[in-house]
Amino acid sequence: MVLSKQDAQLVAAIQSGLPLVEHPYAEVGQQIGLTESEVIERITEMRESGIIKRLGVVVRHHELGYVANAMVVWDVPTERLNLVGKLLGSQPCVTLCYERPRKLPEWPYNLFSMIHGFSRERVLSRISKMVAELGLEDIDYQVLFSGRRFKQRGARYQ
Amino acid sequence: MMDAIDRNIINSLQGGFPICDSPYRVVAEQLGIEESDLLQRLEKMLELKQLSRFGPMYHAERLGGGLSLCAMKLPENQFERVAELVNAYPEVAHNYAREHQLNMWFVLATETPERIATVLAEIEEETGYHVYNMPKQEEFYVGLRFDL
Repeated sequence: MVLSKQDAQLVAAIQSGLPLVEHPYAEVGQQIGLTESEVIERITEMRESGIIKRLGVVVRHHELGYVANAMVVWDVPTERLNLVGKLLGSQPCVTLCYERPRKLPEWPYNLFSMIHGFSRERVLSRISKMVAELGLEDIDYQVLFSGRRFKQRGARYQ
Repeated sequence: MMDAIDRNIINSLQGGFPICDSPYRVVAEQLGIEESDLLQRLEKMLELKQLSRFGPMYHAERLGGGLSLCAMKLPENQFERVAELVNAYPEVAHNYAREHQLNMWFVLATETPERIATVLAEIEEETGYHVYNMPKQEEFYVGLRFDL
């Protein structure tokens, strides 16, 4: 998909945040020469078409106490991938769940999920509980906790 | 410190934000607080970096860009040097050390899909280490919500 020049300007104008004023969309419009209702219409359209996945707050989970950040990776037989992906994705503690390619021989895992919690202990016990509840005992998995965080910001668009 | 109202605000605004002429007023009414109070609290939480951003989360591929999760297997004594080189790329959105043989994990977000390969080749050339490229193939869930 190629964005119109106008949409590209709008994408860039709001990427670092909406203005904290009573009429934020009017203010954005002023910056790029659109009326408030045009901005509302374009953002609604981009929200509906999925260009904007979500509009709202993005938290810094670490600062909010979610200090244990686990990437849990699973080696799921291809024929079960869809089912297991959806099962894991429907768990309240799972914040992301994607299929990604294996990199054999070093990396046999094809399903990636993120689980955040207040401590490593709690995250690990939640994972074992989930494995038992969902009947995933036969699937090989690994928990990769994060150590240092070097960089965290959203992607940037010109 | 965050109080119950701050937590309500975050829980509610992780789910979405109205697209109308007075969106903050709508949210404030739902939460039973004043609009000015909501604005001040958002400002404060952004200042304290409890919130990373308040705005859109884009779908990189639908914007025409490239997005991938990449990993590297680095000896401990090379880690800092490589981290510095990798983080210098504006296309690297975040980068975490993780406990595994593959010990560096970063997300690459580029303006075009083709540029992923270019940047990865540059990183390999500069660092002397292979980059494992693991773009998303199927998305089962992307909520990224944290209950407070």
